[in-house]
This record gives sequence, structure tokens and C-alpha cells, in this order.
Amino acid sequence: MANAQPSLTHLQRLEAESIHIIREVVAEAERPVMLYSVGKDSAVMLHLARKAFYPSPPPFPLLHVDTTWKFKAMYDLRDQMARDSGMELLVHRNPEALERGINPFDHGPLHTDMWKTEGLKQALDHHGFDAAFGGARRDEEKSRAKERIFSFRTASHGWDPKTQRPELWNLYNARKSRGESIRVFPISNWTELDIWQYIHLNNIPIVPLYFAAVRPTYEWGGQIFMADDIERLEKVLGRKLDIVDRSIRFRTLGCFPLTGAVESTASTLTEVIQETLLTSTSERQGRVIDKDGGDASMEKKKQQGYF
Amino acid sequence: MTDPVYRTEALIAEDIDAYLRQHERKSLLRFITCGSVDDGKSTLIGRLLYDSKMIFEDQLAALEADSKRVGTQGQEIDFALLVDGLAAEREQGITIDVAYRFFATEKRKFIVADTPGHEQYTRNMVTGASTADLAVILIDARKGVLTQTRRHSYLAHLIGIRNIVLAVNKMDLVDYSQQVFDEIVADYAAFAQSIGIADFTAIPISGFKGDNITGASAFTPWYQGPSLIDHLEQVEINDMADLAKPFRLPVQWVNRPNLDFRGFSGLIASGHIRPGDAVRVLPSGKTSTISRIVTLDGDLDEAVAGQSVTLCLADEIDCSRGDVIAAANTPPQVADQFEASLVWMDDAALHVGRAYWLKLGTQMVSVTIQQPKYAINVNTLERLAVKTLELNGIGVAELATDKPLVFDPYEDNRALGSFILIDKISNHTVGAGMLHFSLRRAQNVHWQAIDITREMHASLKNQKPAVLWFTGLSGSGKSTIANLVEKKLHLMNRHTFLLDGDNVRHGLNKDLGFTEADRIENIRRVGEVAKLMADAGLIVITAFISPFRAEREMVRAMLPEGEFIEVFIDTPLADAEARDVKGLYKKARSGTLKNFTGIDSPYEAPDSPEVRIDTTRMSPEEAADEIIRQIIPFD
Repeated sequence: MANAQPSLTHLQRLEAESIHIIREVVAEAERPVMLYSVGKDSAVMLHLARKAFYPSPPPFPLLHVDTTWKFKAMYDLRDQMARDSGMELLVHRNPEALERGINPFDHGPLHTDMWKTEGLKQALDHHGFDAAFGGARRDEEKSRAKERIFSFRTASHGWDPKTQRPELWNLYNARKSRGESIRVFPISNWTELDIWQYIHLNNIPIVPLYFAAVRPTYEWGGQIFMADDIERLEKVLGRKLDIVDRSIRFRTLGCFPLTGAVESTASTLTEVIQETLLTSTSERQGRVIDKDGGDASMEKKKQQGYF
Repeated sequence: MTDPVYRTEALIAEDIDAYLRQHERKSLLRFITCGSVDDGKSTLIGRLLYDSKMIFEDQLAALEADSKRVGTQGQEIDFALLVDGLAAEREQGITIDVAYRFFATEKRKFIVADTPGHEQYTRNMVTGASTADLAVILIDARKGVLTQTRRHSYLAHLIGIRNIVLAVNKMDLVDYSQQVFDEIVADYAAFAQSIGIADFTAIPISGFKGDNITGASAFTPWYQGPSLIDHLEQVEINDMADLAKPFRLPVQWVNRPNLDFRGFSGLIASGHIRPGDAVRVLPSGKTSTISRIVTLDGDLDEAVAGQSVTLCLADEIDCSRGDVIAAANTPPQVADQFEASLVWMDDAALHVGRAYWLKLGTQMVSVTIQQPKYAINVNTLERLAVKTLELNGIGVAELATDKPLVFDPYEDNRALGSFILIDKISNHTVGAGMLHFSLRRAQNVHWQAIDITREMHASLKNQKPAVLWFTGLSGSGKSTIANLVEKKLHLMNRHTFLLDGDNVRHGLNKDLGFTEADRIENIRRVGEVAKLMADAGLIVITAFISPFRAEREMVRAMLPEGEFIEVFIDTPLADAEARDVKGLYKKARSGTLKNFTGIDSPYEAPDSPEVRIDTTRMSPEEAADEIIRQIIPFD
């Protein structure tokens, strides 16, 4: 083609769109917050927020809805990123779940429900946040593909896919009625590859668990898990674990007893990207959460208030 | 011919850095697919994802299982199941909402807005089209150009999409007949020309079998043009056009970390900018020059349309969210009355005369819309005379904003000519529009500066002006109490004037009836008169049912903060009906009087009135005293 090259690449365009969205929320919401899960999508979202407001720090706090079961490396990076960005870090742990000792082994789906779904609602209500940024992407899952960038929740945090507001051009309607709150997804239009490439180009710090290394592991239900805290695992399970050292990495990060690892030797970012592109299973398969409840499980979880 | 998928895969395996460099340079094309389920739209998108290897093995396994269970293609893979995301859609086999899909080829990354085809989803299609560079219009080769083809083409053209692809699908079911294809293309060409589509690209395809999707099909040797993917990779993207336009940056946020830095953040809507360039800030018209273009990665020498940046100006001039920084010599226009195309998106029809929020770029103003000049029948493209626009209605109307808007006509600049309309009570997005031009009367009517100010009028009367806005059901006692209040204020040497509902309808508003639109206009005029009288320094008392919250809020917004005092005369409907001084309830109950508040037209009680009078607990005399007791402290 004789055509001149377009002025911007797709990543520059996605970056500009995300920054525009983040600034709109700050301009129109009363009390915004950024949900920070410490994963690679959160890392990109936080970087975009810093770009949006430079030289000011982002004018909102980070909120980590903790389950006490995250990988240790995640807590380390979380605290470091909060320091580096100059943002306030709020950590919320559902006190009821803490008191009842809710864990993924004894309580199954209740673990996600109480720590994450209920924990998130409590934190938003407690601080009175009216807009919360989340790092979800439309390519992750079928019902996400239809969710708006500005997604409204009722006072009880429910999502109704049938009453979504139309979103035209880049005009976002952030006006809300009393009690309503907004979830905003600034990286809706990014794909997994875009995220990796952007991390690569901008040298964004991510949790080392995304890179392969020899780590202590055990098998459970046909998947490999990392024994991040062997003592605690054995105490909850009431038995000795069969620990085997394997070279593993993670495609997605959450609670360590719920996040399956993949065997891999990809120890650099480009090797990880290479392996991701050549691999043949989709990203969310490492997560147990999408599978309980069949076909429409994510749609259902969101209607109940899951992010 | 080498399959592009395998070429890419080999590159990833052998030289990941080279692959990443290639991917990094990809441009982005956004497109929309228009057509209904029957045209094979979802199948086509599923096919694009499949052929560009965006489907992983686990998804494929799930897809195969789903295809056998609920698919419509027998034992073969039903690609449509990949893209119909909501449970309701999968059960009913339809697409309800706009879904966004992503795939990439060697040259480009694509975002597809997948929208439903039926007429009741016109708003969804317009939503998907608003961000698209290109539209793929699907036609079933067995059926040819249908009403829906015309509708989709019209809407795509209305939103300003200049790249149209006519994908004649299901060619496998017409034996790949060139004659069938040529006839459809000729038919479509005649129609396209009639609505102003200058050019389009027609491609014979089969989404189901994969013909002419990624490469030339062996079954259509008579077709010499590009495959669908080839065309999507090569077509020119809108941003090149935006770059050539004059510079515009709607200010989103003022960046003020300390006293030494003041930057203006926003997304560049069009053109390009360099330090030293002369700019004008609209609507004030003040000029300055760009001193810096600031980003986290360092200052830039140049920034272009599509980038989010922060600009610093050489001079300390007023500039805040809603202002537009523009090229000094080619600034956008500023006006408060316009003609625009509107698309109505809410279940409740447009209320002519009611105030809505209008968001254009980063500007948010109050707007009222006139009765449409005409609506378009999207199937026949006829112009219809209408009183309003219903859900999915499209028309042309005049509108007036309460503050001047900085704008360009939509056809010159999408970002400065497009707007959404927001209901002030529900906060829903109820409509979208595209500005055509400003009205001559807005260009020629200017505010005349007057030397005697409203403060001077008021101080001569030794009082603070106010509008006591009585609202309540017919027969609640508004007029009686308002009359007593005025008498008492008069005795207190206050300068007052009482505007009564019935009296005004004998003169100023005698041309108005009792339809919803007329009632809104009635209140608007009374509000304007009350405002003029308050400007003259008077204490204005009004007694109107004024049943709609939105209109009372409209009048409140006309007046300075604190001058609008809403007095709610709260009477149960049963009490008012029992009194029925004028016999109106009786008429309404018998059906001889239509649109009567409380009977067949709603009364929206105030949420937080300044004064609330419970008539079941006090006499009119006591009520008047109570009102004066509550309002006099402001004096």
C-alpha cells in the first residue's frame, strides 16, 4: 500500500483512550477509588493512572480487597507500588470472614463470596466511594464483552445487563442517582497480548510469580498449586502435603490455593509472551471461579455484586 | 499461498522480539457489523476470530460441545455461539446488546462492535457505529437488498461512517453465482447513491464455509477483488483525516500539583500541536501560546489527534474543564441555538420543551428541544411530521442551551459535534445527537449590557428579591394561601407580585392547552416572567400546579442560588377531590376532562422543598403566617 503509516499505533490509541476515561471519572465523580488486585492488569491500570495525572499523583486512593490468602510476593509488590506512586493504600479484610476463618478448602465458593464479593461491598460502603476503577477486560469472558466501560450498580451493588446505558463516541455519562455507584473499566478494550506488550514497552513492575522459577508445589484436583505458605496450608488441611519442586509460573494471580500454575521455563518477559502466544488454553482456565455454576456463572456473580 | 496464521506462529516461535516489534507497529481499526442473525453476522465474527487464531483450544472444546447441545448447524461448529454472550441471548438465539470483539492480523488490530440487526435495536446499532471507522453490511445472497439493508446503510451513513463494505454472504447457498452477486451489487449501488453513499466495496463471502474471508476462494474465480481481511487491513483509518483538521483539545481536568505548575489535560480531538503554537481558549476567546507538552515519559516536541496529553500555556489565562483549547486562527464556533439530528434511546419519549443535560466533549449544559421538524422512517427513509421522538426514533430538531457551547458541525469534527442527552431525574442517557449548524438568531441576538443592575433595583426597594413557587394539587389551596401571603407582605411594605395559574392562562399563555408539552411550555414562560420580575427587585409569588419535578428544577436553575423558594402545599388527593371547588375532579373522573393532575396525569411531589405546608393540620391563615415566618429571616 502507498498509504502513509497511521500516526498512532494501536497501543498508543488504547493508552490515550484509557487515560481519557480515568480523567473523566476524576472530573465527574465525587469520591473515586482504584481497585488494585496486584495482578498484571492492575499494574497496567495503575501505570495509566500515573500517566493521566503526571506531574500530580493520581488524586484517589488504591483499594486492595484482601483475602489473607494471596501470595506473599503480591503483598510485597503491592506495598512497594503504593510507596512509589505516592498514593494512599487502603486494605480491607472482611471482619466476619476473618473471624470465621473462611478458607478455600473448608468453605468452597463461600470463600470467594465472603472475602471478595462481600468484602468489596463493605469497603465501598464504608468509605463511601461512588466510583471504583477495575482492571477487567472485555476479551476475558463472554458477559464482560457486553459490559459498558461505565457500569452502574444499584445501592445493593447489583448489575442489571438489561438497563445498561448506551455509550456513544467517547461521551461517558457519570451522573448517578442516590445510592448508585459506578464500576469503571478503563482497560476494557485491551487484550491479554496488549497488556503484556505494554508492560514490555514501559518496563512496568509485575509480581515475579509471572516468570518461571523452581518453586515448592503440590497437586490438587489435577492442577498444580504453589505451596506459598506450607505451614498454614498443612494446618488448614490437617495433613502433610506432598511437596515437589517444579519450574512453574502463573498466567493469572489470586489466592494461592485457588490459582493453578503452569509448568514452564519462561523466565523473562519476552519468553512469557512467546509462551502465551503459542499456548492453547485461555487465560481464565487457571481460575476455579468461572467454572462453578455452568455457562452463565460470571454473569450471575456480577449480578450479585462480584466485580 | 502461505497461510498467514502459520507465518505468524513461526515468527513467534523463532524470533519473538521481531514479532513484538511487528505487533507494536500495528494500527487499530474499529468496525461494526450490521445484519441480523439470519444474515449470518455472528457466524462471520466467529469465523474472523477463528481464522485469526483468537480462539483457544479450551474455548474450542466448549464450543464444540455447545454446538451439539444448542447449536443450529447440526453436527458442525456453530460460530455464533462464540459471540452471543448473555445467557438470555444464547437461550433465544438472538443478539440483544452491543458486544465488542478483538482480533489481530499481521498488519492491524481490530475491534469489532457486534450489534443486533432488528429495528427495535436501532439505538444499539447507532451506539456501535459511533466509534467505528468502517461498517460491514451483511446481505444474505438468497434474499438480496432488504429493508434492513437500507436501514443499516442509512444509520451508518448518518453516523458519518465513510467506509462501507457490502458483504454478500451465504454465497455457498447460491452456488457461488456471479450473476446473483452482480445483481445485488447493482441494486445496492442505486440505493447507496440515493442516500449519499459515494463509494462502497462489495465482497462475495461465506462466513460459514470461510470463502473470501482470509484469502481468495477457489469457488469465486470471477471475483478479482480483495478478501474481507485484506480489505480491512488496507482501508484508511479516520485518524488520518482528524490529523489534517484544525487543532482542538477539550479540557478535561486542570492539573495543579503546586503553585508553580498549571497544566490542562485532555484528549486531542483533531490536528496537532507544538510548543510555541498560538492557541485560543474558547468560549472566552483569550489567546496564548503553548509552552510545554507534558507527559510522564518526558516533554513532547509534538502531539497529535488521538493522544491524551497535558498542555501548559505561556500566559496565566482562565481555562477550566469544559473549555476548548484550539488553533488561534481557526477556532471552533460558539453558540446557544442549533439544528441537530437526534436519535432517541429511552423508553419514555422526548419531552418537547423539557430541560435535559447535554454533554458535548467535556461541556455539560442544560438544553431544551423544540418539536422535531421531521422524523425519518428508517425503513422507507420518508420524512414524517411528528410531535416527538419515541424509542429508536430518528429526527431533526432545533435546540437551545442555557449557556454557550463551543462546537464544530459534526460533519467537520466528530468530537466537537456529537453529544448525548441525559434525563435530569433518572440520570439515564436518553438520546444522542449530531450538530448541523447554529441558528442565525443565536448568532445575531446578543445580551445588551445594562447599567442599572438587578442589585440596584433590589436595594432601592430595600428587599431581597425571591420567587415563592407554590406547587400542589388542584384544590390544595395554593391560590388562597398565596393571596394571603401577598396581602401580609404588602402590609409589611414589601414590593410583591402574584402570578396566578388561571390568570396567566387568560393572557400570556392563552395559546397553550393541557398536553404534557403545553404544560411544560406554560411553566417555562411563567419561569421567565418570574425571573424578569425578580431582576426588577420584586418578591414574586406564583401559584401553579406545576406537577413535574423537572420543570420546577428548570425554573430553579434560571434564578440565582437561594432566590427560588419552593412552597409545597401538601394536601391528600382525597381531600382536594372532596373540596373540588371548581368541579374539575368530577369532570376528570367522568372522562370529559383529560390529562388532569392526580387523576390521569401524575403529580411529582418535591423531594426537599424549602417550605412544606400540611393543609390537614393548619388553616390557610396559619399557613400564610408559617410561610412568612420561614422566609422572612432571609431578608
